[in-house]
Amino acid sequence: MVNWIWLFFIVAGFVVAAATGNVEAVTQAAFDGAKSGVTVCFGLISILVFWLGMMRIAEDAGLLSKLAVLLRPLVRFLFPGVPKNHPAIGYIMSNMSANILGLGNAATPMGIKAMQELQKLNANKETASPAMCTLLALNTSSITLIPTTLIAIRMNYNSVNPAEIVGTTLIATAISTAAAILVDRWYRKRSSLSGS
Amino acid sequence: MYSIVSIISAWAIPVMIVFIPLFAAYRKVPVYESFVDGAKEGFDTAIKIIPHLVGMMVAISVFRASGAMDMLIGWMRPFFESMGIPTEVLPLAILRPITGAGSLAFTTDLIQQFGPDSMIGRIASTVQGSTDTTLYVITVYFGAIGIRKAGYALKVGLISDLVGFIASIFICYLVFA
Repeated sequence: MVNWIWLFFIVAGFVVAAATGNVEAVTQAAFDGAKSGVTVCFGLISILVFWLGMMRIAEDAGLLSKLAVLLRPLVRFLFPGVPKNHPAIGYIMSNMSANILGLGNAATPMGIKAMQELQKLNANKETASPAMCTLLALNTSSITLIPTTLIAIRMNYNSVNPAEIVGTTLIATAISTAAAILVDRWYRKRSSLSGS
Repeated sequence: MYSIVSIISAWAIPVMIVFIPLFAAYRKVPVYESFVDGAKEGFDTAIKIIPHLVGMMVAISVFRASGAMDMLIGWMRPFFESMGIPTEVLPLAILRPITGAGSLAFTTDLIQQFGPDSMIGRIASTVQGSTDTTLYVITVYFGAIGIRKAGYALKVGLISDLVGFIASIFICYLVFA
């Protein structure tokens, strides 16, 4: 599906630009996009290097396995295929906690680390496993406690009550996360029935 | 409530940065060596993501700059209007899953234009806070481990974005109207 979306973006972009006599925009947009891709990755380097260093200390100290024991029931429910004491669980937990606290910068390296651990359990290295899809669903539906950036922007534009959206955001997040887990379950069941 | 939460988010990272090495040292872990060992992986991971992110950013950038995205939004307008959704927030539904920076810019623009305490400003803030850039998350996470077939992950992500969008509008009307 990613293949099709990617192709669609490029082809549709070209066709529309050509039809509106704006074809030079495609060239500029392509180079701008490439540049921002690299810029974002370089921005990620510092965060990834720092947090993966921190996480290694936590792992060596046995903190991650402690976290895994604490939250085992929840993880067992969400990730039935992952063995009890697998290191992936500790990383999944740290990823979820960081997301909930709104620490997006800390969440990404932990999510990547969790994915790498899940990849070790994955039989087919090129296809996402059900556990990976669940972790992704949790991340894309973005469990947020405090939308910090939004509150800051609202303050900036002189909102009477900048934090009034915390409640609505929390409820909307809970609903979209619940939906993500349900839809994920449904696909998981369907793909296991079809025997793939 | 907000002040407690903001205190927690301000303290969370500093406390972790101190607590993790202290606890590890107590457990006799060579902290600096451990840090460097783990940190080495970070660089490789970031480099591995570059091709994925460049590919995605190019496609999105072309799609937006060409005017194709505005067209898509235009086509969807009548459908959303018939559902009573203010069309001003409509572009967010399409922008949010594909570009985090783009949708944040759009939300900021709506807040500036209609005011943070208007219904549109509240809806935009809630949508922005409760959904995520699905395409970016998939690109980064799966790119880092070399997954080519994303399976149903993208569908799940997009469906949850749509649910989050609709839920945000519904809840804002319920709470603020």
